[in-house]
Amino acid sequence: MSHQLHPFPGGLHLPGNKGLSTDRDLATAAVPPTLIIPLQQHIGAPAKPLVAVGDRVLKGQILATPEGYVSAPVHASSSGTVIAIEERPVPHPSGLAAPSIVIETDGEDRWIEHNGHSDYASLDPSELRNIIRDAGIVGLGGAGFPSFIKLNPGARTEIDTLILNGAECEPYISCDDMLMREHADQVLLGARIMRHALHARQCLIGIEDNKPEAIAAVQKALQHLDEKEIQVVEIPTRYPTGGEKQLIKVLTGKEVPSQGLPIDIGIVCHNVATAASVYRAVERGEPLISRIVTVTGHGAARPQNLKVRIGTPIRDLLQAAGGDNSKPYTLIMGGPMMGFTLDSEALPTTKTTNCLLLATEEDIPSRGPVNPCIRCGECARVCPALLLPQQLYWHARAKDFDKAQDYNLFDCIECGCCTYVCPSNLPLVQYYRFAKTEIWAQERERKAADKARERHEFRQFRIEREKEEKAARHKTKAKAVKKDAAADEKKAVIQAAMERAKAKREAAEVQPKNTENLSEAQKRQIEEAETRRAAKTDNPAEQASEENK
Amino acid sequence: MLEAILALTALAVVFGLLLGFASVRFKVESDPIVDKVDAILPQTQCGQCGFAGCRPYAEAIASGEADINRCPPGGETVILALSDLLGVDAKPLDEEVGEEKLREVAVIDEQLCIGCTLCIQACPVDAILGAAKQMHTVIESECTGCELCVEPCPVDCIHMQTVKEDLNSWKWPYPAVEQEKKP
Repeated sequence: MSHQLHPFPGGLHLPGNKGLSTDRDLATAAVPPTLIIPLQQHIGAPAKPLVAVGDRVLKGQILATPEGYVSAPVHASSSGTVIAIEERPVPHPSGLAAPSIVIETDGEDRWIEHNGHSDYASLDPSELRNIIRDAGIVGLGGAGFPSFIKLNPGARTEIDTLILNGAECEPYISCDDMLMREHADQVLLGARIMRHALHARQCLIGIEDNKPEAIAAVQKALQHLDEKEIQVVEIPTRYPTGGEKQLIKVLTGKEVPSQGLPIDIGIVCHNVATAASVYRAVERGEPLISRIVTVTGHGAARPQNLKVRIGTPIRDLLQAAGGDNSKPYTLIMGGPMMGFTLDSEALPTTKTTNCLLLATEEDIPSRGPVNPCIRCGECARVCPALLLPQQLYWHARAKDFDKAQDYNLFDCIECGCCTYVCPSNLPLVQYYRFAKTEIWAQERERKAADKARERHEFRQFRIEREKEEKAARHKTKAKAVKKDAAADEKKAVIQAAMERAKAKREAAEVQPKNTENLSEAQKRQIEEAETRRAAKTDNPAEQASEENK
Repeated sequence: MLEAILALTALAVVFGLLLGFASVRFKVESDPIVDKVDAILPQTQCGQCGFAGCRPYAEAIASGEADINRCPPGGETVILALSDLLGVDAKPLDEEVGEEKLREVAVIDEQLCIGCTLCIQACPVDAILGAAKQMHTVIESECTGCELCVEPCPVDCIHMQTVKEDLNSWKWPYPAVEQEKKP
């Protein structure tokens, strides 16, 4: 182990309490009678259901398809019938209900036909990402970010190091430890596929030195695999070394810039369990339908790690772990530092459920009364992100969010070290979480307001334009009417003139002149003319031309 | 003596030119205060403040004709932001304009809609889709919840519905422990 390590600032040595759950072997939880599969188990948009109530589904069948880029599908984790697609309470700090697909299992646990790819290296990285996306794989470390996105380095970025996070620094949790002990080969094969997808130069697997069995298992599997670019690094146990930025610092000495991503410095970090599920998706064609969950704490009679089908109600797992041993406990999802309490045992396990902690007074002693801040600075000393928790506290408490952001509120990883050491028992992280969600909400409102303003202004512009167009139309019409009137007048004048001429003519015809004292020749001429006229009265046109002569 | 007068005159000319140039070159088209106030207002365009929309209210605030506490949709947040911007004291929302409530959107009961287009004409942000004698519907993502469409509907088929909180819009509550410990 010649790898040079770089300690991160701050942090704490916490009692691990991991032996509680690692003493027993990894077991598989039974198929529950009902599975509740939430459509949003990841960061991003909820998936869109593809099945209907009453449909028969097989294990591994896709139930809902991703909606948009940052999203992930969900699959049936056992065979059965869809009995409901409705809002069900989900394990979330809000305690809210969210759309879920409920399956009544048939106990057959029959797989859908699925095929893997025996030679991952022949696949293009984009094909690999599609397989990983279609398998519904999200970060299993806790955040649940769709993994295929983190396996896309983009056109310009060169990835130097792929880091697999096996630190598992939070007390009590041992699901990654167990996975590495039992399935080290899957983790390494997954690492190899991920490295291929990213074209990463090397891969480092960071494991805390309080897991010697896991380190030994992975190293043994590594010798077997003979992969020189993958290296296992034993790192000192110190909370929160499993934080992405902290682990990168420890392993490479590099720091992720504030508000930046590891990929900005050529590093990508994935959880070891994510790597194992990538292997199963690519080489076996199995979607992400199960995970290892640690059920632990002094409230559990038989704390242990269980392979759980996603969607299994928590109650079933607690029964598997020995059920109620009559000690009062608080049910916590996650660990004692970053977890949150759940108020119901009917909630389902999801892709991000790493640990169920049945915490008694022995596990998490109740905190004393909250006192005013005494400005001791302990919080700043332990902050692994080098923030000033006290300043953040003052500004978050005063709801002065701009100031809180000036102090880099969004670099806080909510590890809870400051709360842990605070002698005044201030719930510091709660203030930061409150401030963060409040800022996000304000940003959303601001965006909505900007859109509304734009639409309102356009509407006013449109109304104005329509008014102008109408006015213009009216004007042209009025002009046209006027033109018509002028033409009529002219016609009337012509008509009048014609009538006058006619009257004149008629008057002339009625009284012929010079009819007296005519010679015989003249009389004959007149007679001839009269006959001609009489003959031509039938044809007025000719008559007219005659008259014109 | 003469030198001093000349120097001062020269300075006066130079600065005069500078100022004249600046007033032309850096001319501000609209009142910047109005824009800043308008940026804070929620753009609901509901008219609850007594003005014909957010911009007219912003203009009234900027000219000192209206108070800053007349925007119910904006509520406390807007009042605080405005008092910060304008350097005046924050005060509670004026009761006569209404009260702050959760965000709502309009919903048209499509069974009852007769397609009269009155609501379309009332909507300040063109968030209602439809045509004469065709069923109308509200584009939820564009609706500001101003309630201006409710009144004109001749068959009362529009009602306001509170927007439900989901996992993505949920906010952590303000820590409640502090109150216990007041001496």
